[in-house]
Amino acid sequence: MMLQEESISRLASKGTRIDGRKLDQMREIVIDNEPVQKAAGAALVRLGKTQVIAGVKLDVGKPFSDRPDEGVLIVGAEFSPISSPEFEPGPPKEDSIELARVVDRGIRESGAVDMKKLCIKEGELVWMLNLDINILDNFGNLIDASALAAAVAINQAVFPKYEDGAVVYTEKTKKKLPVKYKPIACTFSKIGDYLLLDPDKEEEEVSGARLTITTRDDGNVVAIQKGGSTSLSPEEIGKLLDLAVVKGKEIRKLIK
Amino acid sequence: MKRSDGRKPEELRPLEIKAGVLSNATGSAMVRMGKTIAVAGVFGPREMFPRRLQEFSRASLQCRYEMAPFSTDERARPGPSRRSREISMVIRNALEPVIFLHEFPKAVIDVYVDIIQADAGTRTAGINAASVALADAGVPMKGLVSAVAVGMIDGKHVVDLAGNEEEESECDLPVAYLPGEGRISLLQMDGNMPKEDVKQLIKIAIKACEQINEKQKEALKIRWMR
Repeated sequence: MMLQEESISRLASKGTRIDGRKLDQMREIVIDNEPVQKAAGAALVRLGKTQVIAGVKLDVGKPFSDRPDEGVLIVGAEFSPISSPEFEPGPPKEDSIELARVVDRGIRESGAVDMKKLCIKEGELVWMLNLDINILDNFGNLIDASALAAAVAINQAVFPKYEDGAVVYTEKTKKKLPVKYKPIACTFSKIGDYLLLDPDKEEEEVSGARLTITTRDDGNVVAIQKGGSTSLSPEEIGKLLDLAVVKGKEIRKLIK
Repeated sequence: MKRSDGRKPEELRPLEIKAGVLSNATGSAMVRMGKTIAVAGVFGPREMFPRRLQEFSRASLQCRYEMAPFSTDERARPGPSRRSREISMVIRNALEPVIFLHEFPKAVIDVYVDIIQADAGTRTAGINAASVALADAGVPMKGLVSAVAVGMIDGKHVVDLAGNEEEESECDLPVAYLPGEGRISLLQMDGNMPKEDVKQLIKIAIKACEQINEKQKEALKIRWMR
């Protein structure tokens, strides 16, 4: 066992962590609702020292042929080299692809946005919901921070003006996105024999398995993603499912 | 309840597993789950190049999942996509816990999974094939990894979703299981359901994985026992 892993495990056996948190305690969450005015909706989330911005841009385009009456959701994530000495510029790597896809699934599967209401003309023209995540400062658990920023950004996004078949990006309307649910992701890391909610950078570095569970307002589970190179028992997973519902509810209250 | 292809809720699709289907690869396997066909080839353990990627105290495990352009109804564009890169990663995570990588410092084990035909459950078929291919290559392992996707149709929990069931199902929940240890090494879900259903689905996935595990062992016996 690595030294760091051993010391984290030892602390965990006493119910605490390096920064003094309980095992099932999130770091402090601070939400800035309007970090970017040019976006249709945006949010900056601080989760401890981790900082991410999610921004929504609305555009019009052609729907997918298998969903002719629904808007299109596109989620991207960019790990800016500004966010960590370990990141290098270049094409997206595995972890940023995974991040974008886990956030995407939470929004899509929960039915967070009523995609049918984004249809302008069936089969021809729909609203395209582009959600982009920008990582500013990586101190661990980018998934939960990004999912929360995404939920806040979507929750307050408004349509730009649409006139004569074109979007007027400089003019916002008062009409909000048709939002139905707020999906919240909770990520746990397994270190030694212990399961820690909201792992920070130090904890992530020695973590074996990772489990992200996304829930929506009614407590339903809408997405799961296991990461990391070790395994989990069905009992551990059951316990985390219970916890994710409880914690999801707490975090959701922070969205105004 | 009868499923559209006449199966019972906890019945697997017709399952066929063959070990040693390729000659160039160190180890290989083909898995057919219904219409889904996965071929896995393992190369190595062999020296890792470029050398700067070598890991000092263990072998690296590299996985690549790709769908053949003709494997789907609409042609699949060849080359890596965001989806295929994520799946490559979760397959690697699913296999890594059972391989004794520390026995081969600085080496690499390459696992290639080609989907020849896609009809739901390609990542799980790929894992089943890859784990047999690793054993066929003689890579030391704690045991075989077995995987299946489960779902819920009309409120009923069903195993091994077929292509035409994916749309109907309220969720898609792929699971990879290590029967020797009773632990889970891959778990994903997209859908929408209460957590108690998720717990129940994991249980029936484990039962199905145990059946698949027997078939995997049989395939290796056929290949290696005379």
